[in-house]
Amino acid sequence: MSSPEQRDEVEMLSLMLLIRRFEERASQQYQAQKIGGFCHLYIGQEAVVVGAIAAIRPEDYLITAYRDHAHALARGTSADACMAELFGKVTGCSRGLGGSMHYFDKARHMYGGHAIVGAHVPLGVGMAFASKYRGEDRVTLCFFGDGAINQGSFHEALNLAALYKLPIIFICENNLFAMGTSVERSTSLQQIVHRAEGYDIPGHVVDGMNFRDVRDQLTEIVNSIRANPHPAFVEIRTYRYRGHSMSDPASYRTKDQLEKYRMDDPITRLRAQLTREGKLTNEQFDAMDKGAKETALASVKFAEESEEPPLEDLYAYTYVSEATVPTAAGAQA
Amino acid sequence: MREITYRLALNEALAEELERDPNVFLMGEEVAQYNGAYKVSQGLLDRFGPQRIIDTPISENGFAGMGVGAAMVGLRPIIEFMTFSFSLVAFDQVVNNAPNMLTMSGGQFNIPITFRGPNGPAHQLGATHSHATECLYANFPGLKICTPATPRDAKGLLKTAVRDDNPVLVLESELLYSSKGPVEPIEQELLIPLGQAELKREGRDVTIICYAQTVPLALAAAEALEEEEISAEVLDLRSIKPLDLPAILTSVAKTHRVVVVEQDRPYCGIGAEICFRIQNDIFDELDAPIARVSQEDVPMPYNERLEQAVLPSAEKLIAAVKKICYA
Ligand SMILES: Cc1ncc(C[n+]2csc(CCOP(=O)(O)OP(=O)(O)O)c2C)c(N)n1
Ligand SMILES: [Mg+2]
Repeated sequence: MSSPEQRDEVEMLSLMLLIRRFEERASQQYQAQKIGGFCHLYIGQEAVVVGAIAAIRPEDYLITAYRDHAHALARGTSADACMAELFGKVTGCSRGLGGSMHYFDKARHMYGGHAIVGAHVPLGVGMAFASKYRGEDRVTLCFFGDGAINQGSFHEALNLAALYKLPIIFICENNLFAMGTSVERSTSLQQIVHRAEGYDIPGHVVDGMNFRDVRDQLTEIVNSIRANPHPAFVEIRTYRYRGHSMSDPASYRTKDQLEKYRMDDPITRLRAQLTREGKLTNEQFDAMDKGAKETALASVKFAEESEEPPLEDLYAYTYVSEATVPTAAGAQA
Repeated sequence: MREITYRLALNEALAEELERDPNVFLMGEEVAQYNGAYKVSQGLLDRFGPQRIIDTPISENGFAGMGVGAAMVGLRPIIEFMTFSFSLVAFDQVVNNAPNMLTMSGGQFNIPITFRGPNGPAHQLGATHSHATECLYANFPGLKICTPATPRDAKGLLKTAVRDDNPVLVLESELLYSSKGPVEPIEQELLIPLGQAELKREGRDVTIICYAQTVPLALAAAEALEEEEISAEVLDLRSIKPLDLPAILTSVAKTHRVVVVEQDRPYCGIGAEICFRIQNDIFDELDAPIARVSQEDVPMPYNERLEQAVLPSAEKLIAAVKKICYA
């Protein structure tokens, strides 16, 4: 039988499968015009957030940009609540008011879902400030893309975090492109991780197609931060298989590049590792995959059958009122 | 006259001004190799090269400021914001540096810069991506603001903006990029002055004042109202600042009833300013209180039904017109 840690890895593989199947369904539903606005898929990057989640506790803080479906699913938000949000339904994780780019789940310490590039990086620093202020040993994971590192807010945030020695991991999901702009065309540095040096923040490079590398490196960093609060910077090298958003044909990159990364697929890789080590059979994998597909399909049905937010919701959340005191679930957890 | 899209009209304006003046350049996210997030700059990189059509990192505050600095020493930048919701990251450059410089330097430094891009809600983009910024920017002396609603106005106003010696914001509309309309032949120079409204439809009973995305709403409402024997005049402001007050007053003096339909929010919105001006100058001409149709005063929800409830619509406009006509 497998040890707890090994069982964990199978669970994490199962989570990666759920994320992928969920997004494949989302993509299909977008094309069927059941989903509006912008919709950015994470397919190819699953090992990044799942590896990170495997390294932290449920009560640690997590904040990310607009490519956020996977981050919510990884935190434990249900596929139903995630799909319903895409459909704009009241059962969605943001009551249908946020949409694809603005997933929130306070009870599970998912602090968004933020669509202005770079704007949430200082928020992550503020969350880390609060946990140090209260003497807690929580760590904040702040995810952002390679495109965000040229925003002023990013630079101000890094300096503040270093200055106040705050327990935060800046996680740059370097998928080589910000929309159609490759990293070489946006950034003067050869390597993104060198950004950290200028702020005296320790920097690490991680293979984002390899779940184990992500989990192991982040575990070490998290342990170091819990022992003694400080910021860290991690450049995780990864790739998105799809276009920037549903409307982007991604003609700025080559088929060869895409194929190269697909050959190194994070799900296939972890599956192979586990199979080789005798921890996973083909039957088990197939059953997990079938389960993920069923969950994704069921989430579409759930979303379709859910209610729209009532018209009274229009003014309900502009200011705090007695009727709308935020659900306290996550506040003290 | 030929019919072209609003998008192509803007593209022609950019190309003609780049052609005419070597000091003009275009800078912004995805404007060059990607041909623009909304394809407004299609083909310009091929035609004018990377020295003049410049892709930037996602650094709005940085490149908007670069534009202002380059303008201080003689260039005439056109800065594209992928949308004006992102111009808020560069707010300080647009409202503090660009329009104040002339005064602060005692008249030494004017800033001939154009900030352009889509503005206003598009479709289900949520709270952060749906801002109508005209009322924010209108509050700053030194800025000029135009809001073209047709391909012809898009071309003529953008060309004028580039030639203006002051900072000008050209607030385009994502929802209008694919709309078509008549525009003068390409060999004919088309310049439309800032501060000139245009009567898009004549009427007797009520004046509908509109701009940008609310112009098609106003025209649709006017048509529907005709069937109910209400003759509505539709006045497209085209520029928010300077404002064509004489055109507004002339129309109101003729119809004696006014509805302002704006794409921004009600609190301190464009309509509030217009209401003040009308009652201040020609109070006696009014036969009914001035009505306003705007967004609801809430952050934009993602859900489609709620978003529609927030936005101005032809139905809301018709109801407002009827209310003041039967008042
Ligand atoms: C301030 C701001 N400017 C521009 C945009 C438009 N935009 C959305 S995503 C994006 C690219 C971001 O790329 P990256 O940070 O690498 O994240 P990825 O999409 O690769 O996950 C751009 C330019 C925005 N949302 N906010
Ligand atoms: Mg990227």
